[in-house]
Amino acid sequence: MAFIEKSPWIFHFDGSSCNGCDIEVLACLTPMYDVERFGVINTGNPKHSDIFLITGSINNQNKPVVEAIYNQMGDPKVVIAIGTCATSGHFFAECYNILGGVDTTIPVDVYIPGCAVRPEAIIDSVVQAMAILGEKRKKRKTNGGALPAEAGIKT
Amino acid sequence: MQNRTVIPFGPQHPVLPEPIHFDLVLEDETVVEAIPSIGFIHRGLELLCRKKPYQDMVYIAERICGICSFIHGLGYSQGVEKIMEIPIPERALYLRVFWSELSRIHSHLLWLGLTADAAGFESLFNHCWRVREYILDVIEETAGGRVIFGVCKVGGVRRDVDNDTLKRILARLEEIEADYNTIADVFKKDYTMRHRFSGVGVLSKEDAYKLGAVGPTARGSDVAQDLRKLGYAVYDELDFEPVTESDGDCYARCLVRIREVNESFQLIRQAVEKIPGGAVDLKVKGFPEGEFFSRLEQPRGEVVYYVKGNGTKFLDRFRVRTPTFANIPALVQMLGGCDLADVPVIILSIDPCISCMER
Repeated sequence: MAFIEKSPWIFHFDGSSCNGCDIEVLACLTPMYDVERFGVINTGNPKHSDIFLITGSINNQNKPVVEAIYNQMGDPKVVIAIGTCATSGHFFAECYNILGGVDTTIPVDVYIPGCAVRPEAIIDSVVQAMAILGEKRKKRKTNGGALPAEAGIKT
Repeated sequence: MQNRTVIPFGPQHPVLPEPIHFDLVLEDETVVEAIPSIGFIHRGLELLCRKKPYQDMVYIAERICGICSFIHGLGYSQGVEKIMEIPIPERALYLRVFWSELSRIHSHLLWLGLTADAAGFESLFNHCWRVREYILDVIEETAGGRVIFGVCKVGGVRRDVDNDTLKRILARLEEIEADYNTIADVFKKDYTMRHRFSGVGVLSKEDAYKLGAVGPTARGSDVAQDLRKLGYAVYDELDFEPVTESDGDCYARCLVRIREVNESFQLIRQAVEKIPGGAVDLKVKGFPEGEFFSRLEQPRGEVVYYVKGNGTKFLDRFRVRTPTFANIPALVQMLGGCDLADVPVIILSIDPCISCMER
């Protein structure tokens, strides 16, 4: 695992999922899968985290919450949409209260479909997210370390 | 009167796995009043019954909640089956009990882990989830999925599990139960756990009854209410008693769940020993016409399904009343007068499942 340059801290929010994917995210942290050995820590504070794991689709009530969390996260950041609900809305897209997948509200970098997503898939998505995070960090360095606002990056 | 402060708690909070919001009115460090607001994950799933054929609704009913998914599918199927008066094969009913109890064990282990985590006992949290993985392996082997089973359908179950496999699983469950008992002993005997939860969030028997608490929340306050005693599926042929504790605090609710896991192991054993042979499903013809209230015991308490058919392939109405919703008034009562630092533990003690509640 020499390619890991950074211990990614993750932040998990339950959009409007059925809990299935949420408990699989938690299962990743427990002895069977144990991602903490790679330095992945589940933090409850968006300002501490690099990777935003979101399960479930977006509705009118949680839309401002998701936006607030996304804006509070430091740059660079990566968003992973976990489960079919987060990627497209699943059959809930037909429900009156669902706006659609997570990408209707915030930009998404990694999509993992599945109902419910298996922990292996979640771990794989975090590995992919780390590669994207590395690229974003490199890009930031070419800006001469300027703050996102100075460099004109919309957060 | 002292100055009052209002602290918003949630919807995103480190201790909450799911979004629920409370406005906590504080006097100094004591909570005077807790005002819940819900609806962050409302999807409007019930109305889908008018867009999807009634057989397909089982798929949707299972996704009301990913933790007690099987029991949601069972409740819905049972409602439709009662309306259509379908005689379900005995073997299917036994398999339904088998999966219901597996789902109860995995749900309780999940809750025990989260509770240990809320008490700051990280290693116990990991041990609970380690044992839970063994149960998930059994579920995966028999049903095919880890958290969403997808085996229940109108007219029976989708998969049969042959008797040899069941016997083998029973032997494995023995080992898992022995493993579980060592963890349960920590909850029962450890000073930290007893100290953290005893006397916290007390709900008296009268209040539990008056406020309509259900499941382990009610049973922790000595209300012996267990819907499995209604005898749905084949629970009337199995021998068990509702688990109750009398203290009504968070620790009592914890002990109820701990003992219920052992009871579930024992129910699985009975079911496997008694299981008859034969088919596991029936071909269902026709459409439901009429209405039925289906009541079941979820890991979190009583769940009520109202199913109304109109003789077409779409249902007229599908309504779910979930245990978390029934426990919210009791929770608000418990939160009054507690310390701010106890709030997460008390909220967790009713085993809130927000996605069930809001659907």
